[in-house]
Amino acid sequence: MEELSREQESHRMGMHTEQLAGRTQQVFFAPEEAENFASPDAFDVDFNKRSEIDVAELTQQQVNLKIRELMSQGYGTIVVRNPGAKHSLGVGILNRLQLYFEGSLGYFGCGLIDGPIIRVSGRVGWSCAENMMSGTIVIEKNAGSTFGAAIRGGDLVCKGDVGSRTGIDMKGGTIIVGGRTGAFSGFMMQRGRMVILGDAGKNLGDSMYDGTIYVGGKIAGLGVDAVEGEMTDFDAQWLERKLAIYGLEAPNGAGNMTKIVSGKQLWNYDNLEPSEKKLVL
Amino acid sequence: MCGIAGLIHRGRSGDIGQEMTSMLQALRHRGPDSTGFALYGKPDPDHQVMRFKVAEQEDLAKGFRIHDQIRERKSMVDARLAELGATLEHEDQATEYAYRYIFKFDGDLKRLADYIEDIEAVEILSLGHALELVKDLGDAGRVSNQYGLGAFQGTHGIGHTRMATESDVDIRSAHPYWAYPFNDVAVVHNGQLTNYWGSRRELERRGHRFVSNCDSELIAVYVADRIDRGDDLEAAMTRSIGELDGVFTYLVATSDSLGMAKDVMAAKPMVLYESDDIIVLASEEVAIRSVFPHEIDTFDPYEGEVRVWKS
Repeated sequence: MEELSREQESHRMGMHTEQLAGRTQQVFFAPEEAENFASPDAFDVDFNKRSEIDVAELTQQQVNLKIRELMSQGYGTIVVRNPGAKHSLGVGILNRLQLYFEGSLGYFGCGLIDGPIIRVSGRVGWSCAENMMSGTIVIEKNAGSTFGAAIRGGDLVCKGDVGSRTGIDMKGGTIIVGGRTGAFSGFMMQRGRMVILGDAGKNLGDSMYDGTIYVGGKIAGLGVDAVEGEMTDFDAQWLERKLAIYGLEAPNGAGNMTKIVSGKQLWNYDNLEPSEKKLVL
Repeated sequence: MCGIAGLIHRGRSGDIGQEMTSMLQALRHRGPDSTGFALYGKPDPDHQVMRFKVAEQEDLAKGFRIHDQIRERKSMVDARLAELGATLEHEDQATEYAYRYIFKFDGDLKRLADYIEDIEAVEILSLGHALELVKDLGDAGRVSNQYGLGAFQGTHGIGHTRMATESDVDIRSAHPYWAYPFNDVAVVHNGQLTNYWGSRRELERRGHRFVSNCDSELIAVYVADRIDRGDDLEAAMTRSIGELDGVFTYLVATSDSLGMAKDVMAAKPMVLYESDDIIVLASEEVAIRSVFPHEIDTFDPYEGEVRVWKS
């Protein structure tokens, strides 16, 4: 229960804890250390302060500057109308924020974020949420390729179909796809979880180091060193809880999803860090 | 990088000159070196429309003789058309070096094309009953204004905005490519072909000609070759997925169809909007939004996917 409350507290703050196996040098968020988490580019905002902006006639740079200006004034809820599939909107936000895009985003939307809760009513183009550190992004329609590339934390949800190379190089967090994904999803995945409720394209999990991929539909083919793992009750419970947050369900039940993990046959690591190795040698 | 776009109206004509200009202008950041349009008007089975150039834009800066040479080359084109029995009925001059002819001709089209292109520096950009292919240096707005494309009415079109990476910045290397010697077939491409030279030599041995060193031209010639060997458009494109090596997304248009193909890695983008009235494709959704500013549902075609639509 203590772990659950920590997770809930993290989620409330737009942050996420990660259960990791093995050795890592990565520092993860602990709720009790929240006061130490501050960035010089982060703003103290109030969710009850709300602003709506129509960006049809603004450039992408002007849109991002406008969002930044509103955050600096303490606005914690911002509604962006008519984003018009412009590129690189909602990027580099390093604080809590409720950001709603009423429409679609182009390429590189919401990248490099750390903390905001973002909802997109339309579609997103390639490379949405690249390098996302924490927070939540929910896309109501489809997404392009390299969705969630190299994310480290947070929840990234697309309720529709997603292109190829979903979660390439992901290092943490959770990616949820309501529909299908294209080829090479989970390519070189290192940590975190990917949940695909529909079908997955060929070479799923190719060269994945670690992490877990759950698939509800058919898998066109597994990549090198990706193998089927054993679904446990813990997996099913986690999936049900996680999907319920976003109003989603596994088509044939969470317990019947296919679990894909790394076969770890390609691992060329030993158990020592380079500095430790020097000491031994 | 390059950007490609295409659209096809179902069962009607539309303002495709204006629509394609808007889409390609929205893709300007993907490559401002040159822009090209392949637009399809109402087919006229009794006439051939030929777009050709007699010099490169950059040639105009190469001395006083060039203006005389341009006139001489044009006179030679006229003479050779007459010699082959073509009856010239209409002539437009969009720039000093680019022309549009409408003529009657019942003979061997390949022989005509070869004979015209035998004239030094003359290149046929397109030949057909419906296709009008225009390409020049600069962005879409500039090229469209230069050639008066804003008022063009038609059923479908494809276009390209180019960032030159592996060949020169000139009209010869600009897209679209006409699939010589086939009436009304044009191709635009975003990507790189890694088996270009080997495939080119095979096609040259089969009698096909190349006017540039641009790998994208290979796709046009490849598709033309497959059609010549009996494939329909969809079959030719599907075969190309396995036989062309590299990363690519390309569009092909014929007198009544528009097709798209994506390589097995899906490494080059394509966004698709499909409704009962129109199909629109572009490298980026922002191009589609220049035609449809309201909210629409779009999606990415998947790896190895081929789609063909009829007007």
